[in-house]
Amino acid sequence: MKKIEAVIKPFKLDDVKEALTQAGITGMTVSDVKGYGRQQGHSELYRGAEYVVDFLPKIKVELVVADSDVDSTIDIIINAAKTGKIGDGKIFVSPIEKTVRIRTGEEDEDAI
Amino acid sequence: MDLQSINYVIDTFFAIFTMTLIIFMVPGFAMLEAGLVRTKNVSAVLMVNTMIYAIASMAFLLFGYSLAFGDFGSDSMSKWAAFLFQMAFVGKAINIMSGGVSERAKVIPLAIFTVIMGAVIYPIIVNWSWGSNMLEGTFLELSMYDLAGSTVIHSTGGWALLAAIIIIGARRGRYSEEGVIRVIPASNIPLVTLGAFLLWIGWFGFNGGSVGSISSKESADAVALTIMNTNTAGLAGSIIVGIIMYFQYKKLDITMILNGALGGLVAITAGPNLYNIYTPILVGAIGGVIVVIGVSFFDKLKLDDPVGALSVHLLNGIWGTLAVGIFANNGDDITFLGQLKGVVVVGLFAFVVSFIVLFVINKIVPLRADRDEEMQGLDVDECGLEAYPEFKRAF
Repeated sequence: MKKIEAVIKPFKLDDVKEALTQAGITGMTVSDVKGYGRQQGHSELYRGAEYVVDFLPKIKVELVVADSDVDSTIDIIINAAKTGKIGDGKIFVSPIEKTVRIRTGEEDEDAI
Repeated sequence: MDLQSINYVIDTFFAIFTMTLIIFMVPGFAMLEAGLVRTKNVSAVLMVNTMIYAIASMAFLLFGYSLAFGDFGSDSMSKWAAFLFQMAFVGKAINIMSGGVSERAKVIPLAIFTVIMGAVIYPIIVNWSWGSNMLEGTFLELSMYDLAGSTVIHSTGGWALLAAIIIIGARRGRYSEEGVIRVIPASNIPLVTLGAFLLWIGWFGFNGGSVGSISSKESADAVALTIMNTNTAGLAGSIIVGIIMYFQYKKLDITMILNGALGGLVAITAGPNLYNIYTPILVGAIGGVIVVIGVSFFDKLKLDDPVGALSVHLLNGIWGTLAVGIFANNGDDITFLGQLKGVVVVGLFAFVVSFIVLFVINKIVPLRADRDEEMQGLDVDECGLEAYPEFKRAF
């Protein structure tokens, strides 16, 4: 099992969720996050003076999938979240040791 | 009822109605300032606005009105209405000053200054210009025309603010030691817009009511022209700032556009009844240009004014008073030099006396919040109540 964390543009959340649901992914966790990458935020204008907004609002999507589904899931997220402009976000994959469904006690891939 | 009584009733009603419009500027200032400061200082700003309105008006009732006008009296309307109309102005003059020191000045010393401003400083200026004129016959006697107070109210408040900013200093972190200007953006643009338009509407009472009478055909015309010209200057101020912003930055900064409208409104306030219907376009547009130049000018001088009151009220109060000398068509009574003299005499008095009073107050009760209090936001220490308790701060 792997955890896939995708930091995406907030307005792309619906597209990503739709695409993943259609591919049979049944659950995900999302959170509001702020951050920046290579572009170092963006600049805004206030009363004739430019200023840099360091931390831009992003959405982090977290989901856990079976090892065999990792590559296809990543492709789905990229397709749905990509605008081609800077700030589209990143995807991180990390191993998961154990998963338990609280209601039934099912474990690992049965619990995803 | 005879005609004289009817006129008396109508003018009384007019004074009370326009006074009510002017009081709408209290929430106007409050919302404008609440939107332009950071969320951690919003309760404190609103509290200062409320307290200052109450204290200044009370000081004017107990001391100021008599100092300005000699006694309670009016033949053409109820003397209580005449008082109420004048009282409505006092809070404006002091509010201009309190807005520009937001986010770092404490309310107790500001309240002490408000007592002195409402009881003595402002009434003396009114005495010279609209009241019983204690300067009559001296070489300082004012001959300036200032219908609703471009100088008497707006510049006076602006000079007091300038004195206060010099004594109090900038908000922490606003200007770095290397001279970099750090922008502190507004927290709530909808509130800024609401506040600006409440002020705009209040201005119709501010200027319209200052004509003094509406009970004859001629005075009704004068009131309507005054309000029309007031509105025109606000329109011109906002449009010109929009155009300048777009050509300079390719962005239409809403807070600057609203400040441009207010700058135009301040500029027209000295003589809205004296212009034809087209001159206010020019007076208001120049007022807007002055705001754009003024905001960055004061920033370069490191005079930190979160709401832009120095540009809107001080600079445009001066400009509006001089504009009457340039554009107004009212015989030989009004001269540019007469207007300039009014600006200088009132300006010197307002700035020097405010500076001395604030300096003394500052020695006894420091005007400035201490470092921790300012970093945490004045809401917690001054009010015990955050305006937005569930709001997560970015920094």
